[in-house]
Amino acid sequence: MTLPEMKSKVMEEAQVRTQKRLAEGVYRLELSAPEHARHALPGQFVQVQVKSPGVFLRRPLGLAEADTESGSVALIYREVGKGTAALAALRPGEQVNLLGPLGQGFRMDVQHPLLVGGGMGLSPLLCYAQHLWRHGAQPEVLMGGRTAAELFWQDLFAPYAAAIHLTTDDGSLGRQGFVTALLPELLAEGGYDSVAACGPEIMMRGVAKVAQEQGLPCEVSLERRMGCGLGACLSCAIDTAHGRRKVCKDGPVFPAEEVFC
Amino acid sequence: MQDNLLSTSFCGIRMNTPVLTASGTFGFGEEFADFVALSRLGGVCVKGTTLAPRRGNEGVRIAETAGGAGMLNCIGLENPGADIFLQETLPRLTKYSMNIIVNISGSTPEDYGTLAEKLDVPGVAAIELNISCPNVREGGIVFGTDPRAAAQVTAEAKSHTGKPVIVKLSPNVTDIKVMARAVEEAGADAISLINTLLGMEIDIRTRKPVLGNVTGGLSGPCVKPVALRMVYEARQAVSLPLIGMGGITCWQDAVQFFLAGADAVAVGTANFVNPAVTMEICDGLEAYLQANGMKNIRELIGALEQ
Ligand SMILES: Cc1cc2nc3c(=O)[nH]c(=O)nc-3n(C[C@H](O)[C@H](O)[C@H](O)COP(=O)(O)OP(=O)(O)OC[C@H]3O[C@@H](n4cnc5c(N)ncnc54)[C@H](O)[C@@H]3O)c2cc1C
Ligand SMILES: Cc1cc2nc3c(=O)[nH]c(=O)nc-3n(C[C@H](O)[C@H](O)[C@H](O)COP(=O)(O)O)c2cc1C
Repeated sequence: MTLPEMKSKVMEEAQVRTQKRLAEGVYRLELSAPEHARHALPGQFVQVQVKSPGVFLRRPLGLAEADTESGSVALIYREVGKGTAALAALRPGEQVNLLGPLGQGFRMDVQHPLLVGGGMGLSPLLCYAQHLWRHGAQPEVLMGGRTAAELFWQDLFAPYAAAIHLTTDDGSLGRQGFVTALLPELLAEGGYDSVAACGPEIMMRGVAKVAQEQGLPCEVSLERRMGCGLGACLSCAIDTAHGRRKVCKDGPVFPAEEVFC
Repeated sequence: MQDNLLSTSFCGIRMNTPVLTASGTFGFGEEFADFVALSRLGGVCVKGTTLAPRRGNEGVRIAETAGGAGMLNCIGLENPGADIFLQETLPRLTKYSMNIIVNISGSTPEDYGTLAEKLDVPGVAAIELNISCPNVREGGIVFGTDPRAAAQVTAEAKSHTGKPVIVKLSPNVTDIKVMARAVEEAGADAISLINTLLGMEIDIRTRKPVLGNVTGGLSGPCVKPVALRMVYEARQAVSLPLIGMGGITCWQDAVQFFLAGADAVAVGTANFVNPAVTMEICDGLEAYLQANGMKNIRELIGALEQ
């Protein structure tokens, strides 16, 4: 499989195509952004400039979907503060400025990975599943939520996943418990060649540990407060097995053993 | 591009434009190569460099300020140290043919001398003494708020390098003129100002400080009037060339700094919002000079009418 050509970053005025509420406080924003759609790799993110009073810095959001043909990208985000509130107020035809695609994404040299996610962490994993599927790979997904209502993601993943496995904290859907309750048996029996995780850090640590026990390579996508997104301000610097690294530039996707040590 | 309108000389350094980038906000320049013609900049002030590597502060390191007119940072001078900078970073930067100004920080006056000497190498256009970092416990701000200490640090650096020495002043003082005169008398070649203003934000939900380091440096549009006033005052106090900075986000802001007496300007936080902002500022300045029948930026410097 050939990787899309690595291209430089751009600033692009993106036009809103659709804005859809997926669940309480969660939205999917589809944008016309041909440059981003063409060059995006799964796991990369954009720095979104919402021109709204009181919002100054850009906001980092993972690319949830990228479609070269239609020239569109989608962001899936939870409204948590003034930046994401302003984003949720955007209507078709309005514009936002995107800076990206930024950072290093997930590896594409896999055939049968298990993608493990919780909450908004499922957003970049959706992009990963899409890309893998289009390249003929067979990703499976393990998603966890507090309740069945949080697993609206199933429908989004369905076209791009060979199988979807579910856990809920309250047992209202799938296996009761965290994703790590189901993970050991899945990994033991599923014949996967790799694991990718995105979600709360405590979940990713748990996933990485199980993957390591099973001898499977595991990538994780980290989240840190970011200023520039270009590796200049050092707001998101972290310790890794190879010394200090920047989540925005050297990540957000890292091999688990480099960052959880 | 009519950059002869903007071409200038600063401390003997030829600059294609008088628009520089501020330390800590532009990495080593290379991070912005997709958006900026780096050689068009007057110079890139690289991240504060210390003798030993520093990992910076723990916890949350930046916060947007309420109202959205600026940000606080408490990065705490994370950097790989002068030796790594010289061995690994500097050689990588030569291909951009930009003026590289190395911002240095020490815990003792002797540190500044040692750093100045180490950095007296081809490829470094000048050094900038950060005597005003609010985010490190030792040194830093102490040198920037006491005129005698500032003079001592300046003299120490000057006696260890042949490069122009630019001293970066802290706004966290009662009288910026006193500081400016002290470093001029100690032999500084130029002054840059301002560094960040000390500030703080509190999360009213958790009742905890937002920043891991509790306090941090305020920058961005909200500091511009303070910065402009300080450049204006420094201009009255000393005859050294000045680099004005603090809250510049557009060419109109830059024009104000030139009118107040800055010989060059530096752009910081605005690079985070628009990585191409320095190029837009250069374009805007050119158009402004042309529209006003001026032949070169020097005609604008200190041209404040009163
Ligand atoms: C690489 C990356 C990818 C992300 N992808 C997604 C995604 O796909 N979907 C999604 O819903 N969220 C995602 N986030 C989190 C998202 O950036 C924050 O929720 C958002 O910035 C909050 O902005 P606000 O103005 O609504 O909140 P405010 O609380 O008003 O924001 C204030 C400041 O804090 C920063 N901030 C607040 N929360 C976070 C956070 N959790 N992480 C980083 N910075 C934060 C903001 O960027 C801003 O500078 C991602 C974060 C990163 C670093
Ligand atoms: C994230 C960040 C890091 C900074 N790091 C340094 C530094 O290492 N050394 C220094 O002298 N100034 C540093 N500064 C201060 C800037 O160079 C500049 O003086 C200040 O931000 C005011 O300009 P601005 O409002 O245009 O950003 C930093 C500023 C920011 C926002």
